[in-house]
Amino acid sequence: MVSKVQSTKMIIQELDFYYGSVRALSSISIGILERQVTALIGPSGCGKTTFLRCLNRMNDTIPNTRLEGKVYLDGEDIYHSSVDVVDLRQRIGMVFQEPNPFPQSVFDNVAFGPRVLGLTREREELDAIVERSLQRAALWKEVKDHLNTDAMELSLGEQQRLCIARVLAVEPEVILMDEPTSALDPIATMQIEELMRNLSKRYTIVVVTHNMQQAARVSDKTGLFWLGELVEFDDTAMIFTRPKEQRTEAYITGRVG
Amino acid sequence: MSQSLRTTFDREFAQIQESLLQMGSMVDQAIALSLESLQNRDRALARQVIDDDEGINALRFKIENACLALIATQQPAASDLRAVVAVITIVINLERMADHAAGIAKTVILMGDEPLLKPLIDIPRMVRLAQEMLGEVLQAFVEHDADTAQAIADRDDEMDHLYQAIFEELLEIMAEKPNNVTRATYLLWCAHNLERIGDRVTNIAERVIFVSTGDMRELNV
Repeated sequence: MVSKVQSTKMIIQELDFYYGSVRALSSISIGILERQVTALIGPSGCGKTTFLRCLNRMNDTIPNTRLEGKVYLDGEDIYHSSVDVVDLRQRIGMVFQEPNPFPQSVFDNVAFGPRVLGLTREREELDAIVERSLQRAALWKEVKDHLNTDAMELSLGEQQRLCIARVLAVEPEVILMDEPTSALDPIATMQIEELMRNLSKRYTIVVVTHNMQQAARVSDKTGLFWLGELVEFDDTAMIFTRPKEQRTEAYITGRVG
Repeated sequence: MSQSLRTTFDREFAQIQESLLQMGSMVDQAIALSLESLQNRDRALARQVIDDDEGINALRFKIENACLALIATQQPAASDLRAVVAVITIVINLERMADHAAGIAKTVILMGDEPLLKPLIDIPRMVRLAQEMLGEVLQAFVEHDADTAQAIADRDDEMDHLYQAIFEELLEIMAEKPNNVTRATYLLWCAHNLERIGDRVTNIAERVIFVSTGDMRELNV
């Protein structure tokens, strides 16, 4: 993996997160580089998904939670009171573990975001957005002649790519992925991984995965979470060949617990 | 025709292979220049061969490191895995071959200004053979060509015969005139280094067969 000079897209400083009185994240400080794939790994319950959801304020929807510290997108504090959360989630999209297409046609799934956000009123432009998004999600070939197909009729792997197309349709800058291939078979997984690498040429990707081999395959940078702390963060090749921290070595080599 | 879903692995392995061929080219040059320094009694050229060995060592470590990272990050399997592991053993052999070329250069420096004991005939033959074998075995690796690799390993017999001929000739010369022993020994060292280069190429040929067929076999019999 070549380390290019990249600018930082998101900066997280001394982030603490609480569910009620329970501190789930402690003093997380990390820089997410632009147009790279950053993978977050760690054992179950280590806080990586909680952290991911801090990046587009998805945790706002959970009652009795509190965040301390700062999260910056292009230098702007995303938790500032002036921030429009809807706008934020357009810029920072999310893909979930279980593919969750709307029970509508393929076309309407992808067109939903642009329509709601009023990105265009022209049918032609909408068609172009849908096609472009499906192309970038590597799904266009499979669906181009069946755009009216119910999305629920697609295979799981196709549904997940549709969900990615849906995110791409509103032109995000950052794409957060929470265990995006856990529900998929090996071939579909490989297709999504290939897609992630291609998408990172245009978008900044942050992926949470409990599959560390996947993190090794797809990412440029890897961060290890452990009991709410960020233990180590480095170039992926370094993490997987010469980790600096004992806990990283233990987790990577499977000598835990 | 199935599409590769491993474009990252393919691309990174292609880069490693490129570096491997570059290293092969540097080793080929080291062998050629070591002979030239011997033929022309050019100590400056000999010193250059010795200095250039550092660059070859550095490239070996760079390639080894890249293979390590590739295994860790891409988890290659089957022939991909065999190929990456083979590259690691091949660069070790290439590095030793460069050491042997530097060994010839060191002998040239030791020889000083003393005239050559005899005209060089078999030693240049050994050099040409070594260069041919090296070029062919690396090509065979790229093409996963086990048959060519086997044929190259068989040619090492030629190398051994040339070495044997030089050895016997030099023994005779040493027996006739004991004060020729030093100069004869220098030539023997040069020939021995070339013979070892041939053995190293055979090691690489073994790896080519392993990558292509999964068969682990000793060819230096």
